[in-house]
Amino acid sequence: MASSTVAAARVGPASRGPARRARREARSGLLFALPAILFVVILFVVPLVLAAWMSLNDWPLIGSPAFNAPDNYVAISENRLFVSSIWFTVRYTVVVTVIYLVLALALALLVQNSRPGVGFFRTAFLLPAAVGLASSALLFYALYNNEYGPLGDLLRAVGLVEGNADFLSTPEAAFRSTVAMVTWRFAGFFMIIMLTGLQAIPVEVYEAARMDGASWWQTLRRITLPLLKPTILLVLVLSVTGSLLAFEPFYILTQGGPSNSTVTMVIAMFREAFTLFNLGSAAAIAMVLLVALVAINVAQLYLLRDKDTK
Amino acid sequence: MTTTTTTVPGRPEAPPRLHDRIRRAGRRRLSRSVADAGFYTTAAALTVLFLGPLLWSAWASVSGPRATGGAGGIGTNNYERLIDYGAGLERYVWNTSVVTGLTVIGTLVVSVLGGYALARFSFPGKNLLFIGALAILMVPHPTILVPLYTMLNFVGMQNSLVSVALVLVMFQLPFGLFMMRNAFAGLPKELEEAALLDGCSNLGALRRILLRAVTPAMVTVGMFAFLAAWNEFLTPLIFLTDGRNFTLPVALVSLRSGELGTIDLGALQAGIVVTAIPCLLMFVLLQRHYVRGFTAGSVRG
Repeated sequence: MASSTVAAARVGPASRGPARRARREARSGLLFALPAILFVVILFVVPLVLAAWMSLNDWPLIGSPAFNAPDNYVAISENRLFVSSIWFTVRYTVVVTVIYLVLALALALLVQNSRPGVGFFRTAFLLPAAVGLASSALLFYALYNNEYGPLGDLLRAVGLVEGNADFLSTPEAAFRSTVAMVTWRFAGFFMIIMLTGLQAIPVEVYEAARMDGASWWQTLRRITLPLLKPTILLVLVLSVTGSLLAFEPFYILTQGGPSNSTVTMVIAMFREAFTLFNLGSAAAIAMVLLVALVAINVAQLYLLRDKDTK
Repeated sequence: MTTTTTTVPGRPEAPPRLHDRIRRAGRRRLSRSVADAGFYTTAAALTVLFLGPLLWSAWASVSGPRATGGAGGIGTNNYERLIDYGAGLERYVWNTSVVTGLTVIGTLVVSVLGGYALARFSFPGKNLLFIGALAILMVPHPTILVPLYTMLNFVGMQNSLVSVALVLVMFQLPFGLFMMRNAFAGLPKELEEAALLDGCSNLGALRRILLRAVTPAMVTVGMFAFLAAWNEFLTPLIFLTDGRNFTLPVALVSLRSGELGTIDLGALQAGIVVTAIPCLLMFVLLQRHYVRGFTAGSVRG
């Protein structure tokens, strides 16, 4: 009771002038937003500025930093591990993005209509996405182990390989095995995104197409794909961003090997920082990653906007 | 519709058409059952592919000589060795729970307050805050983790579970703020106006009335925060230097690399099962809330 009269007394004078009310609103708004502002400024903006500054300094793990621009950038451009990691990461990104797009769409089309049991299948395809990426990589590490996992025996029984299956010992096999692992982990995740996009397409459009006697393929090409474009671009952005920043799959499954053939850009950065303790060069790699990613994302968003206005 | 327009009056076309239609319907029924068989075969085969590794992991964690100590059937030896591994399983589960709990609570508090502010108030810097939060999505996590590591060392907060949680809350903010802002913006203004007239403060209205209305969005935000924090690998790997503070994923990877003795794939399987079960359970129970996260996102796209 007492608190409500106090609150009413406070509301009274404040509502007298619109300017005062606006000021009060601004103050309340700022107060509510304060935690978010603190998080964004202290844990995001400040580190971002610091990363730019670190990349211009010789910054050892212990000891005082010294300004040395542009040495770090020159050093990483001559760093063969980092330069080769760029091509490896780009290749990985292209391969998995194509796989995600095709497979996610195929899975979504498969389970888009409601029929008995379809909910079970959706959940089954999505379930690997609940398992952490690190756990998935460890799980496949054991699966790929010929003495422990059943996969080698299984492939031999089917007749796909002869002798001992080779999962992680050559660069090409390590690459393929990792792609298989992330496909298992992410296909259902991207399927759900495609599915929400498919379900946003009005049923009437499909009915009209059927009336006109369109075949399944024509419906897909002329109706589903064009109307699904925003969703496809969302999958594209998520997949490209995630894959360019791939760390866990290779760090855990292949450990960057054999002989550094599966080192991604983030693994190269991680080694620079926490194996060589060269935080300045690591920050320079981080800045390169940042600029590349912002450029790619802006290009993709531009693509998305272009399609929307058409 | 098409029949009426194409039928020329005076010509008896109905009988053959009807006949035709029946035949076509029969053919359609046949092709539908063929399609059904095709659907169930394909879906079942894919289910084996997707669930196979998970089921194998569960099976491998309780079978084989390392699990049973040489006896047949199933055994729990893998789990017993996992419990004794390193600083002890309960220690790693506790660490992971602390990081996850703090991340979920922190994300919810900051997102609810911030989302309310963004949806209902106009204040200086409002757009800047929204853009700043969305920019977190654009910036690679490793780009911020290296300077954050330096900053935390500087203020003596390295090797701390709280630091890991704070950083994970920041990573969850773009999604959290976006979801909560939309949830509050979707509520009728009358709801809180009535509360304010009754003498509630803004905070009181939020706590007593609005929170109940945005609970579904909070479940979605909390679930995403839970899954991200429970499974996060890179952040704790960089920040935590003391093995006693490791979270489950970091502890499992060091188990795999044999940092604390021999590589024990049996105990590793047990660890994967222990780590995955909370997430799998949450997924099966709350899948609809998980999917809402994407529906809200596709409204934007």
